[in-house]
Amino acid sequence: MLHPDLVIAICLAYVAILFAVAFAGDRRARRDSGGWLSSPLVYTLSISIYCSSWTFFGAVGSAARNGLEFIAIYLGPTIVFVGWWVFLRKLVTVGRVHNTTSIADFISARYGKSQTLGAVVTLIAVIATAPYISLQLKALTDSFQVLTLPRGAVTAASSTIEPDYVLAFWIAAGLCVFSIIFGVRNIDVNERHHGVVAAIAVEAVVKLVALLAVGLWVVGLSDWDPALVFAGAPASIIDPAETFGPRWLTLLFLAAAAVICLPRQFQVTVVENSDNRQIRTASWLFPLYLLLLCLFVIPIAIAGLERLPAGSNPDLFVLTLPMQENYNTLTLLAFLGGFSSATSMVIVSSIALSTMISNHIVMPLALRLSLLPQAGAEAMRHFILTTRRCAVVFVVLLGLIYLRASNSDALAAIGLISFCGVAQFLPSLVGGLYWSRATAAGALVGLVCGLVLWGYTLVLPSFGGTALMSASTIADGPFGVLWLRPHALFGLNGYDPLVHAVFWSMTANVLLFVLVSLAREPTPLARFQSMLFVDVFRRQTETEQRIIRRTARIADLRQIAERILGPAEATALFADREVRRSIIAGDNMISRVEQRLAANVGAASARSLISRVVSDETISVQELKRLAGEAEQIRAYSEELERKSRQVEATAAALAAANQRLREVDAQKDEFLSQISHEVRTPMTSIRSFSDILLAEPAMQEEQKLRFLNIIQNESSRLTRLLDSILELDLLRTASARHAPVDFDPEDVLTSAMESCEALAHTAGTTLVRLRSAASVTLSGEPDKLAQIFINLISNAIKYNDAPKPKVSVSSSSSGGVYEVRVEDNGRGIAKQDHERIFLKFERGPVVGHQGAGLGLSISRQITEQFGGKLFLDESGKSGACFILQVPISGREG
Amino acid sequence: MGKIRILIVEDEPNILESLSYILRRANFDVAIAANGLEALERLSRTKFSAMILDVMMPGISGFDVLRQVRADRKLCDMPVIILTAKGQSRDRQIAHEAGATEFITKPFSNADIIACLQQVTGTG
Repeated sequence: MLHPDLVIAICLAYVAILFAVAFAGDRRARRDSGGWLSSPLVYTLSISIYCSSWTFFGAVGSAARNGLEFIAIYLGPTIVFVGWWVFLRKLVTVGRVHNTTSIADFISARYGKSQTLGAVVTLIAVIATAPYISLQLKALTDSFQVLTLPRGAVTAASSTIEPDYVLAFWIAAGLCVFSIIFGVRNIDVNERHHGVVAAIAVEAVVKLVALLAVGLWVVGLSDWDPALVFAGAPASIIDPAETFGPRWLTLLFLAAAAVICLPRQFQVTVVENSDNRQIRTASWLFPLYLLLLCLFVIPIAIAGLERLPAGSNPDLFVLTLPMQENYNTLTLLAFLGGFSSATSMVIVSSIALSTMISNHIVMPLALRLSLLPQAGAEAMRHFILTTRRCAVVFVVLLGLIYLRASNSDALAAIGLISFCGVAQFLPSLVGGLYWSRATAAGALVGLVCGLVLWGYTLVLPSFGGTALMSASTIADGPFGVLWLRPHALFGLNGYDPLVHAVFWSMTANVLLFVLVSLAREPTPLARFQSMLFVDVFRRQTETEQRIIRRTARIADLRQIAERILGPAEATALFADREVRRSIIAGDNMISRVEQRLAANVGAASARSLISRVVSDETISVQELKRLAGEAEQIRAYSEELERKSRQVEATAAALAAANQRLREVDAQKDEFLSQISHEVRTPMTSIRSFSDILLAEPAMQEEQKLRFLNIIQNESSRLTRLLDSILELDLLRTASARHAPVDFDPEDVLTSAMESCEALAHTAGTTLVRLRSAASVTLSGEPDKLAQIFINLISNAIKYNDAPKPKVSVSSSSSGGVYEVRVEDNGRGIAKQDHERIFLKFERGPVVGHQGAGLGLSISRQITEQFGGKLFLDESGKSGACFILQVPISGREG
Repeated sequence: MGKIRILIVEDEPNILESLSYILRRANFDVAIAANGLEALERLSRTKFSAMILDVMMPGISGFDVLRQVRADRKLCDMPVIILTAKGQSRDRQIAHEAGATEFITKPFSNADIIACLQQVTGTG
């Protein structure tokens, strides 16, 4: 035997070493984040808290009782870690990206930051962990008791040992102190506990070394001969037929689920993870660790069964075997191994659960009931830390109470109850990562039903006929309803209670999770969160694509941040220059604060805190569509407006142009009328005046009288010509609008025009000659109009020719795309300064007595311009006038 | 007292002829100018009691001649009868602004011209 004081002293010394390691770890982590603390080796060793005292002591016990069954407990995690690429990688990435603080936080965050879900997950976790913690307490107490018994009493007492609850209490108290000191010392950004991780890594090494030492010693007892080691093995241990049935498969499933879903496993695997490199290494190193750990389980079990008296507790073989053989040092090492497994499990579990309880049960309640301290950051920190410390004590106390209440002696059985409980998280967890349609309602209903069925079929019966569930209820069902028997629900008979419980709870859980999820549309926030989780590898941060617009006053946000994080942290968070300048925080800022708060109080509580100061604009997909539609409409409308306004502008411009043109035309009309008036009044004035003279002086000389009458006559005919010209002008204008242009040969027109003027020339005694003719060309327009020009030019040349032998010659030519006609006379010509004036309206040639209306040339020029041509006087300075008409040839030549 | 000297400015030969005929008959001393430039030339050399001025003439228009006359200190008091074939009110207004003493539209009655002349020269 070992003296209790010695054992206690050794335990305290060991704990002191752990303290030192934890301190070193924390200090190291504060100095620089990383180093050996974040090495994949430490990470893997911390994951090995999976191997609690249940595996340290219990695996041998299980092997002794149920043979190879225990393999499943190691194989499940091995499968999960070897296949890390499939599931663990995604889980760990999501957890890291979203600063997940616990499994409750993870599930709550995934399903729209649901507070209810977080609370339910926490509740299940606490209920499921209590038996597990009680298991550790039991192992610790048992091993301590056995260690301090006299050698002879060991074998006899080990099976019927009465647990020392006072001892258990003190052990529990010690564990609480350690957990509180290292696990709940500060509120960390991402709930990473470097000191604790360092300590449990050391413990992981100790338990491996201890178990390997005992194993090697046992093999050594058989002279290192494998044949001898297995010689005395009972058939049950190595008979696979007994082992591999539904129960084994169930265990495999539960172990695989537990290595992810156990709060402490989630804590070390996901929350404490800092990069994917760690999980990559753990994927092979952790299975290797498990392999080493179970290498000697069978030999130890066989040796125990062989060497120890029948009835010895197989769960303590690891301890009692060396004791029996008087190997005190080895016994002590085995004890420390068990101590390590138990303490590390309790410490990490209590830390993980305290975070969950504080974030998902106490904080939401405190928020709802307005119990949060208003005094300031320090008070808030104090409140959270106190909550967590109390939660640690509560969790360990719960384990203690379970230890007192339950009657299941076997470690393995208690552990499996826990496994089945946490396995309820699996559907929500897996569905949350891979099925975007999964909803909070589905997860909630699935979890609650799983919880109820698990409690009814496994937890309550484990108390074995207490007030919670009577023995008769277990045997005959509640109120004698047979199909409600906890171990044969709905008449499912003949199965192991564990298989039965797993079947019903998981079936109900998965089925309801899927059906309820499909039944209801997820909320926009949940949809958004699900996208972030399911598509984590495509979208790394929450801020990248927001469909929820939020705004908040910076001051309000800051107040919250200061309350939760403390002034220093808050100042750092709001240090951004841009943030300092503004009053209203945008979505990015709010998300940053929320994420930072979530690290301390969990996503749901952070959201709840933030939502008090944030004006939330949650946009549903329908809303988005509607907005998009509206925007589209507005865009189309504004385009239409723009188009219309352009049209209006164009119309206005056209109108302005038309107005301008109208004013011009009006001015032209006025000018024209004014000129007409002048032109008409001038001859009339002469007529009137001379008539007056003639009337007033009847006795005028005959010669004088004749002269005056002549003037009157001339002026009268001038008036007539003038009126004819006006009519002609009007005809010309209206005609131009009436006739469509035709292609014609101007030579034909010129020839007929000359024929028309033949008579006039003859009367005036003028010789009219045709000189050169152009080759046949084609013009486009109205031939009659061109004829009018020709006649006008030729008749003018005849009329105004005052030469003694008047002669008019006409020639035509075409070259360079221009058709040219020259009408030349041998008269006295037109003075150079009058060359342009004669083309103005009402300007007459200088020859008195042959005055026309003064419109002919004006009209001719106008027509020429309609043909796109020019009409002008030759300026070569020859005697006589030479009018030149040039018109571009429109059609093809020849 | 000698004859009252009148300047007729008119580019239309027939009207010029009829005007000078009736004015001589009415015992006026008549000088003629066929355009504005000629008129100004004559005005600068000889003093006239009144002037009959056509508006539409080649070169300097009647209104321009009138404005120059009114701008000249020696001539500004001389009565000017504007004779125009343009009867619109706008022309009447321009003539008034330019300083026309009387405004007679073509065709005119000979008696009216004489009466007007006698009135503006105070010889009635």
